[in-house]
Amino acid sequence: MTHFDEAGAAVQAALDAGARYADARVMVRRTEAMSARDGAVEDVGFDESAGIGVRALVGSGWGFYAVPDLSEPAARAAGRRAAEIAAASASVSGPPVGLVPAGAVVASWASDCVIDPLGVSLADKGDLLVRATTAAKEAGADLAEANYSVWDTRKWFVSSEGHRIDQHIRECGAGVTASAFGDGEIQRRSWPSWRGQFGTRGWELVEEIDLVGNAPRMAEEARALLTAPLCPSGETTLVLGGEQLALQIHESVGHAIELDRILGWEAAFAGTSWLDLSRLGSLRYGSELMNITIDPTFPGALGSFGFDDEGTPATKRHAVRDGIWVGVLAGRDSASVAGLDYAGSVRSDGWSRLPMVRMTNVGLEPGPHTLDEIIAATDDGVFMDVNRSWSIDDRRLNFQFGCEIGYEIKNGKRGRMLRNPTYTGIGPKFWQSMDMLSSETIAWGTPNCGKGQPGQIGHTGHPAAPARFTGVRVGVRG
Amino acid sequence: MSAELDVAARVVELIRELAGREAEAEVVVRNEAEALTRFANSAIHQNVADVTTGVRLRLHTGGRTAGGSTTVTGPDGLRALVERTLAAARVSPPDASWAGLTRPAALHVSAGHPGSGEHSGLSFGFDEATAHADPADRAARVRDFVDAAGGLETAGYCRTVAVAAAFANTAGQAVEGRTVEAAMDGIARSGSASAGFADGVARLAASRLSGIDGAVLGARAAAKARAAGQPAELPPGSYEVVLEPDAVKDLLENLATFGFNGKAWVQRQSFAEPGRAQFDPAVTIVDEPLGSRAEPAPGLPFDDEGTPRRSLVLVRDGVTRAVTHDRTSAAEAGAESTGHASPYSRSWGPQATHLRLEASDTAVSTADGPAAIAASARPLVARVARGLLITDFWYTRVLDPKSLVVTGLTRNGVWLIENGEIVSAVGNVRFTQSYPQALGPGRVHGIGGESVLLPESWGRARYAAPALHLAGWNVTGNASG
Repeated sequence: MTHFDEAGAAVQAALDAGARYADARVMVRRTEAMSARDGAVEDVGFDESAGIGVRALVGSGWGFYAVPDLSEPAARAAGRRAAEIAAASASVSGPPVGLVPAGAVVASWASDCVIDPLGVSLADKGDLLVRATTAAKEAGADLAEANYSVWDTRKWFVSSEGHRIDQHIRECGAGVTASAFGDGEIQRRSWPSWRGQFGTRGWELVEEIDLVGNAPRMAEEARALLTAPLCPSGETTLVLGGEQLALQIHESVGHAIELDRILGWEAAFAGTSWLDLSRLGSLRYGSELMNITIDPTFPGALGSFGFDDEGTPATKRHAVRDGIWVGVLAGRDSASVAGLDYAGSVRSDGWSRLPMVRMTNVGLEPGPHTLDEIIAATDDGVFMDVNRSWSIDDRRLNFQFGCEIGYEIKNGKRGRMLRNPTYTGIGPKFWQSMDMLSSETIAWGTPNCGKGQPGQIGHTGHPAAPARFTGVRVGVRG
Repeated sequence: MSAELDVAARVVELIRELAGREAEAEVVVRNEAEALTRFANSAIHQNVADVTTGVRLRLHTGGRTAGGSTTVTGPDGLRALVERTLAAARVSPPDASWAGLTRPAALHVSAGHPGSGEHSGLSFGFDEATAHADPADRAARVRDFVDAAGGLETAGYCRTVAVAAAFANTAGQAVEGRTVEAAMDGIARSGSASAGFADGVARLAASRLSGIDGAVLGARAAAKARAAGQPAELPPGSYEVVLEPDAVKDLLENLATFGFNGKAWVQRQSFAEPGRAQFDPAVTIVDEPLGSRAEPAPGLPFDDEGTPRRSLVLVRDGVTRAVTHDRTSAAEAGAESTGHASPYSRSWGPQATHLRLEASDTAVSTADGPAAIAASARPLVARVARGLLITDFWYTRVLDPKSLVVTGLTRNGVWLIENGEIVSAVGNVRFTQSYPQALGPGRVHGIGGESVLLPESWGRARYAAPALHLAGWNVTGNASG
């Protein structure tokens, strides 16, 4: 069953009501999630959401209206309403709105999936989480938690320019966390990351990460952290594991290169960016080792798709090449305002939300080393991995991250475990200090990227490998 | 009977038909109409609206539990929801923590008058004009905000939300209610890309759109932005601070999420110790879901488990009194639900979403003063020998949940105070601070005489916050490095 007819009716109604451009997206999404605690399932939920969202452009004003009714009369009414809202926007209007040219696309796309995550029995999934949390508990965790989530999304997109695209995207992931309670503090270790690992893949992803096999080690490390020495304070050489580097990329590069932020469209809430479009192509963002790509075609990563929510085909491009800033995440209207000739990074988290500029897979291209080689080449420093806290200013310059675990590095060897490791810095200065980069890339998934009003949750991917940075301030304490 | 309660009742009937008499189930039906107009670069750039009816079902049978929701609310959709959830429950692992259903209980409000709870002293009703506000109503406030900023660049939003909801369960509880809210939040920006920008903010939540004056908010944001130019940089250290209501909101939000959260408390992850004097004697914090004079924008009068909501004193005169519970955390704690169940409370814990920090009885000055400073904060600023006036916090994240040590940044205006006077603007700073410690005994030097009702940027919570004068705040760096 397709929903092209309803989407087409909505688009036609918006045009009839005065829109000069319109598009409509029918989405049907099924989600499933389960959490477990200390050897027992805690919560199981299944959600189904279906509806149509219509975007209309009248003059230079956008309007968006959405309803959970997939009948053609409701779709037509939604199209008319979107055009009415667009007309009201023009009462406080800004510069002319254009759209970078796009050819009409008629296509279908489905993500790769070996094991349908909704086809795996609930009993088996529950058993996995129960066994993982039991294993952590038996290994000494005071609190053991595990979870998985599945998203199965079908979309039908029609535009007044002739687009007619349907997509089927399946995403899932899971994780386990062990906590140990000390005197007035809590230490936590998570596998593979604090929120789990997620991808645009089937249940095979969850099987690969072996929650049960890794849970006891997480518990032992959490307990060991309670008595480990605090991360020293000062300036040192910092080696970051891939999971933490993925979030570093997300926060200090991914958000900074969002064109809507650069243009000021998110100034009041999400913030702006330190990047100035006049320096696109010349600004040194980081060291020559820094090559950041925007790549929604990256196999299995959480930010993968065939077409974005404006119908632009997935395409790989550089955001930073050899340390120089060369590209942004853009939509058709923001790119037009900025005088750029590409888009392709616009998505929404559901039929009832306006598509906006979002990260796809923003990742760091691999380097020539291994993590072992990087540590062997470091006389004095700190290794940190697995994010625990994150904070960055509204221009995406000043950041402070905390990690779950740290180790000192002395004379090329990994030494004592360190408690409460944190580091802080300024984005471009930090990236310019990157002097060693590993080849051991993993595409980490971020399923909880918040942006926009009303709030939207974005799914993003971040291919990343361990890397070394010099002269970094660590051990920040209040 | 409302349309929502009718749908809830039909789902209960389907449960009886498909799952039998022994099944326990609860149904929440929410119709939400949200409309939001966003502006940036002093022009409207996003204008959105949606109307959604969602049905959420939690079903417990044979010692096993599953939950489900749908936006497909026709007969087939409702039947599919029940069938799917029942099938899931039957193959789910056993649920030993199931706390049973809410027994029939009356709401603590007068019918049709949200905000008329027994403690509110108010009966302001449901504002139909706000529920039916159109894009032009919101655009007019945006235009007023932009005009009042006097040529400064502006950005923000104006929104209206109307919610009609019902709850029914197989134990016989059946309740309904509705609520409406309006909010505006915007910044004005002075300066330039080459010289640096300075932002000022103004935000307000209200029970009716007519209570929001875009011109007043725009003028306030502009005054702050103009006063925030040419900022100096401060060295790290502990500073005496006056926090304006927008910054205090962040304290309340983090206390609600991590400190007063009943699940976190049961799991020994919260600092809260009911019965202990953990705060300064000046501190009283109350959750007011039914609205009050200081929080005249109530929520629904029942939670997602059908428990009637009422006000809950979390801190009285510095002594921690309670934490928030849903039925699960209450059962674990040997307590009663406080009416804080949400779709996420079993996983993330029950959280207060209408917190109010009691204002002091200090008179709010009507005399002229620096427009950049909230009137209720001026008496607090006048008592500071050397310290900071902070407008707003940004991107705060918890470093340790037990001690509630938080790092984050300032935003939208910071100034250095010397001898009771503002002497210069200060660049944004990063801080790392335990929130309960900052509000601890002897640490609160003053509380403003006026609470401001503030919207949550991301979700639907509302916080009533006065200005605060605190003995110390740990600045650990500045935003320029």
